[in-house]
Amino acid sequence: MEAKVANDWRLRGQRYRLEGEVCGHCGVAIFPPRDICPECGKPAKTPAPLSGRGEVYTFSTVYNAPEGFEPYTPYTVALVKLEEGPVVTAQLTDVAPKDVQIGMPVEMVTRRLRTHGEEGTIVYGYKFRPRVRV
Amino acid sequence: MGEGRLMKSQRAVGIVGHGAYVPMYRLPGAEIARVWSGAGRGPVREKAVAGLDEDTITIAIEAARNAVARAGLAPEQLRAIWVGSESHPYAVKPSSTLVAEALGAAPYLLAADFEFACKAGTEALQAAMGLVGSGMGDYALAIGADTAQGRPGDELEYTASSGGSAFIIGPADHAVAICRGSLSYVTDTPDFWRRAYQHYPSHGGRFTGEPAYFHHSESAGGALLDELSMTAKDFTYAIFHQPNVKFPGRAAERLGFTAAQIEPGLLSNLIGNTYAGASLTGFSAVLDIAQPGDRIMLVSFGSGAGSDAFAWEITDRISSHRDMAPLTTDYIKRRVEIDYALYARYRGKLRD
Ligand SMILES: [Zn+2]
Repeated sequence: MEAKVANDWRLRGQRYRLEGEVCGHCGVAIFPPRDICPECGKPAKTPAPLSGRGEVYTFSTVYNAPEGFEPYTPYTVALVKLEEGPVVTAQLTDVAPKDVQIGMPVEMVTRRLRTHGEEGTIVYGYKFRPRVRV
Repeated sequence: MGEGRLMKSQRAVGIVGHGAYVPMYRLPGAEIARVWSGAGRGPVREKAVAGLDEDTITIAIEAARNAVARAGLAPEQLRAIWVGSESHPYAVKPSSTLVAEALGAAPYLLAADFEFACKAGTEALQAAMGLVGSGMGDYALAIGADTAQGRPGDELEYTASSGGSAFIIGPADHAVAICRGSLSYVTDTPDFWRRAYQHYPSHGGRFTGEPAYFHHSESAGGALLDELSMTAKDFTYAIFHQPNVKFPGRAAERLGFTAAQIEPGLLSNLIGNTYAGASLTGFSAVLDIAQPGDRIMLVSFGSGAGSDAFAWEITDRISSHRDMAPLTTDYIKRRVEIDYALYARYRGKLRD
């Protein structure tokens, strides 16, 4: 439990508010943060929030969920291409699996991801949903 | 005539940004009636139901993001985030710190959770006005949000719903709505309660009407009118706590307000009773349509019991702010009807 709590805590910036990095050398947006620019290979440690707007690049529906995510089935996991460039893997929410389409405009929301049992912490993080105002 | 009951900060303050959030699922009253009595409709047409991954914290975050977007502030400018709710996800661990992190407002600010049944959000709003009005900080965020639960089959199940709204208080010269004064009226009245470790609340039945809702709402609202030497006619709109459709209508009428004055802020028929979010989400809907010069009266009610009453005046800044975030009606229109079985799953009513 302690290791899970510490890991969740370390990821709170990226999970709660989609905080990435921007490369000071070539200007590319980076998510998730990795401190090295994937484009030019130089150090990139400047935190930068992403807009949270993007579109569904590809998706698949999960019926047999991994441990901890069973209460939410069926749900859709998508690769979301953000306006700033990075592609994020995330759950979609507020949409029935049959209504998901490639190219669908989506926006980031912060939702419950899972709980660590009845007595453990509640883990919150980003998901994407169809935009409320396009 | 004034009797010194009015609360007004030395530095004039107002709302610099507002935002609402209502989950998309709707459970009709007729569907609840079908399950528990075989016929009928209940006191509201339908209520908003939070999805599986939603709770008071996620509702507060989205409403707050909308308020920040409208205020045009950097989140680090907030000196307080106060979340009022009777359904904080943790018994011990603040909702407000998580909201602060999600907004990017942490770490240099006050953060706390407020509790006072359905008036926890307006209590936070009063406190935010005090903080900014004293000059301790320039901006403070007050939120009222709930995922209210009624015991299956109880009359509260028809109305207990999910949603919330957020308001950033700042100096009056940046405000879209300036506060002309507020006051509070509280007594120890046991109309509704939930003991520790109990999942569902209990209530005093008929005791919830005259001695609780009406007495406190009308006392606070009436005293505010009196202190400001104003009458209902001086206001464009009025918003009351809305546990159903009838109560706010009757309280408004007794204070001299017309049906037209309360209609835009009366959402209970569409979303149910969002508890700490109820009067505030009605207020948010009114701010979405208000024009410069409009005057708005807001009266909350929380069981236990008490009411906060506020008088607001809309400024010229309102029109440029409105489109910076989704409107309250954008969320209300985003409607997916569910049946009682799906509702039971979404709200954790199915247990081994
Ligand atoms: Zn680079």
